[in-house]
Amino acid sequence: MQKCERCDSPATIHVTEVLGEGKFEEHHVCEQCYPKYVHDSSDGDSSKTSAAEVASELDEALFPQQACPECGLKFIDFRNNHRLGCARDYQVFRNELMPLLENIHGDTRHIGKTPRRYPQTKLAEAELLQLRQRLKRAVEREDYEEAARVRDQIKTLEEV
Amino acid sequence: MNMDSLTQSNGEWLRASGPEADIVISSRIRLARNLSSFPFTNRATTHQKAEIEQSLKARVEKLDFDPRLEYVNLAAASPLDRQVLVERQLVSRELANSEGPRGVAVAANEIISIMINEEDHIRMQVIRSGFALDDAWQDADRLDDKLEEKVPYAFSEELGYLTACPTNVGTGLRASVMLHLPALVLSKQIEKVFRALQKINLAVRGLYGEGSRASGDFYQISNQVTLGKSETQIINEIRDVIPQIIAYERQARETLTRDNRPQVLDRVKRAFGTLQNAAMMTSEETMDLLSSVRLGVNLHLIDDIDIHGVNELFIHTQPAHLQKLMGKELDSDERNSERARFLRNRLRELDGLN
Repeated sequence: MQKCERCDSPATIHVTEVLGEGKFEEHHVCEQCYPKYVHDSSDGDSSKTSAAEVASELDEALFPQQACPECGLKFIDFRNNHRLGCARDYQVFRNELMPLLENIHGDTRHIGKTPRRYPQTKLAEAELLQLRQRLKRAVEREDYEEAARVRDQIKTLEEV
Repeated sequence: MNMDSLTQSNGEWLRASGPEADIVISSRIRLARNLSSFPFTNRATTHQKAEIEQSLKARVEKLDFDPRLEYVNLAAASPLDRQVLVERQLVSRELANSEGPRGVAVAANEIISIMINEEDHIRMQVIRSGFALDDAWQDADRLDDKLEEKVPYAFSEELGYLTACPTNVGTGLRASVMLHLPALVLSKQIEKVFRALQKINLAVRGLYGEGSRASGDFYQISNQVTLGKSETQIINEIRDVIPQIIAYERQARETLTRDNRPQVLDRVKRAFGTLQNAAMMTSEETMDLLSSVRLGVNLHLIDDIDIHGVNELFIHTQPAHLQKLMGKELDSDERNSERARFLRNRLRELDGLN
């Protein structure tokens, strides 16, 4: 992977600056260095102020433009202050958030506690899901005793 | 809540009781929860924050839960009182310094606190003296169930409890253990311990959480992953690693007293002497010197003071506590002289008791 020209992180943004007279200049930067790159390249030289405009265009290209219908948050807002605006954002920005969750937690599926008031049917569903995961893992590590036990539990739950 | 009497007592986390209390200061469980019907705190209007606060305050006060919780309106509290609560670890620095309607419900014994309108609408914590993560989790779990009877939480089957920051989503659980590791610091082995912990995805922080420096050789070890593991798994992972660190610290203490006894004794005695005689004392220096004294007491190198007494000094010499005890606001220089005077007097009294 190409490295950012300002630090050693992988470059995720590739800019072709049009210098005029058929000349171009390639730049490769990471997301962290990008704002600084824009700032520097728009400094002084007035012919390059277009970089700032390119920046906002790029933001639009990089991040989905829709705002959460509930709290009005855009994904760029989350990128800037690392906080989501409401519970619904997890659905609205699902495509962007799932890889992030995988990155942070190494997983994307809750297997912990469930609120007690949560409808009983949903509770059983969640439990079934957990049990199926356990079954899968037990089979993977060839623990057939555990697998048989879990399979029985699943059967009992499904009969209810 | 009477802040003056609170200031004079010792917080739960410095009670110095509980298992392994010579090394493990406290065990803490924190749960992050949000109300399903409001935007997260950072996106809520002042009006919405006031609604959240009102409804949660009413519910927390009526909660059928022992011990009973008392509510402190943080927006109305003085900056000094807010700081006292931060120093006692009942309120996060972020919540104390933020704006708008917000508060905390605290149990009189300080084992439980529920912060309202922190980064998440609800941040409840249970803190126990010594190495007692399981006890803390049982209390937190019970408290969470009680609160959930009355409050609809933001929850998804797939992602669990939904939080403002994706680093907390899932269980919303942060389990942490605060350790006093002076011998590992002295023998320069502490970095090695950190690296090993980071490899297994555990975070190491200073006394007052994120970004704070580890003054007084206090370290907080906590989980980073909150999604894809059950609460018990998360707690077990930390609980299983702590005995190893305790063993390393004990080993380092043994080696120090065996191979470097005169140096350690000198360090402890000098620290004690400075605390007894200095005329100006910053809180950083106090923490460092008290850390050496605490080590000395645990190694039976000095018997002028007991662990409980040392722990009390750690909390009472913090800036806000000191000002509350003196009954007035002090600038930095005044604080440093008052702190030195307080230490001289208190050590004389404690010595008289022993």
